[in-house]
Amino acid sequence: MAIVEFQGKSFDVDEDGFLLKFEEWCPEWVDFCKEGEGIKELNEEHQKVIDFLQDYYKKNGIAPMVRILSKVTGFKLKHIYELFPSGPGKGACKMAGLPKPTGCV
Amino acid sequence: MAKHKTPLLDELESGPWPSFVSDVKQEAEVRAKNEKGVNYQIPVEVCEDLLGVLELSYNDGETHWKHGGIVGVFGYGGGVIGRYCDQPEMFPGVAHFHTVRVAQPTAKYYTTDFLRQIVDIWDMRGSGLTNMHGSTGDIVFLGTTTPQLEEIFYELTHDANVDLGGSGSNLRTPAACLGMSRCEYACYDAQGLCYDMTMEFQDELHRPAFPYKFKFKFDACPNSCVCALARSDFSVVGIWRDEIRIDQEAVAAYVGGEFAPNAGAHSGRDWGKFDIQKEVVELCPGKCIKYADGKLEINDKECMHCMHCINTMPRALMIGNDRGASILCGAKAPILDGPQLSSLLIPFIKVEEPYDEIKEVVENIWDWWMEEGKNRERLGETMRRMGFQKLLEVTNTKADPRHVQEPRHNPYIFWKADEVDGPWERDVNEYRKRHQR
Repeated sequence: MAIVEFQGKSFDVDEDGFLLKFEEWCPEWVDFCKEGEGIKELNEEHQKVIDFLQDYYKKNGIAPMVRILSKVTGFKLKHIYELFPSGPGKGACKMAGLPKPTGCV
Repeated sequence: MAKHKTPLLDELESGPWPSFVSDVKQEAEVRAKNEKGVNYQIPVEVCEDLLGVLELSYNDGETHWKHGGIVGVFGYGGGVIGRYCDQPEMFPGVAHFHTVRVAQPTAKYYTTDFLRQIVDIWDMRGSGLTNMHGSTGDIVFLGTTTPQLEEIFYELTHDANVDLGGSGSNLRTPAACLGMSRCEYACYDAQGLCYDMTMEFQDELHRPAFPYKFKFKFDACPNSCVCALARSDFSVVGIWRDEIRIDQEAVAAYVGGEFAPNAGAHSGRDWGKFDIQKEVVELCPGKCIKYADGKLEINDKECMHCMHCINTMPRALMIGNDRGASILCGAKAPILDGPQLSSLLIPFIKVEEPYDEIKEVVENIWDWWMEEGKNRERLGETMRRMGFQKLLEVTNTKADPRHVQEPRHNPYIFWKADEVDGPWERDVNEYRKRHQR
């Protein structure tokens, strides 16, 4: 486990660079992550995915299934990978501050 | 001199079976000497630290890997299994110890050129340790660090022309028996179908889009050498639907003792002279074989295609000429609601390039399961929850006695509204006119 400092904020993260506490998320976190996730500049579509993941997580306590993410945002999985090259789990969930995906991955 | 003392592991260097401990020690030594002058990209002592952490686990009776790990390469949602040691100060060489799944050629035929090429990549950028192969079929590169993942991926794809395998909630790496390449029982080209399906569904393999994992396996006959029936959600098993071909002269040679039964598989013990009546005729589950006056007859209409007679007398009995496959669905390990073997869905389907009919079955199942499957619910569990009838409907398959081992014994039978005279909506007052309260 480690603490990263960025633009005056500090974040508790694990080895994979996931936030340990969802409450520590702030817009600076997204700026901090984007390069490592292969994203140059964030656009509205990135934001739409991040916003939905956070809303869903706050409401349901889990990350949505990929199918639900696609349905609600209207983005096909292919497009989600264009937005987040490492995918909805490692890319988008990390940037949205959700806990690390678990299970047989 | 080894970095860590490993008295418990050292015990595993004795005995006749190839010792993984001796092998890992050998690799540790090769890395320490580095006679080839390899520019090692991860700690040189990775193998020694692996033995060290394993010895610690042998002492404690506990694993020393942290929970989970999410790493990968851009563009893919799977293929790499992240792993971190929970004693990184004691064993820095395995602080990162990620596993890379590499797509294997179907049935695992290799040239030394190819193997040397990928081993060179792995020697430099990984631990030098592998698993040949993972149970799903992948070549498994065991142990590297996060910064090396993209490097390995680049060299695998650009130099060795090989891709990653699957992991996560997606199509996992398909596998086949060696099929027609060197087996006279093969009812279809299992390798051909496996390769074609793997290429067709690359997207589904690399980018998780499913409720849970999904596996294909291809057996070219019911002997099931790749265990499709037990280890794949979509199992394709070769079969024929005409007659078993009989060579009566060869039958006589078995009876006369010239040919050994089961190709000599039981030669390690004296089972007496081959008795065709006892070892073939009486063991036939369909009871459809007759041997009289030196002639073997099979009533193929009652044959269950169990392979027993063919396995016993491979030089005399051969699969039919009208060949294809059965498709069975739903096999899974126990979690969550109990283990399942695959259930017969399509009794017979022709297997011919470009395999459109088979792909249609797959896509129909996916359309349904991707929509209806719950989070982390295997196809076998969706089938249980929603009913086999539903699977038949979505794959446009007509119900057939072959779909069941036996009919249901309980009377809780659902009818569709349009199968019943009159609507479901009834007026209780009409009923009361005939039946007083």
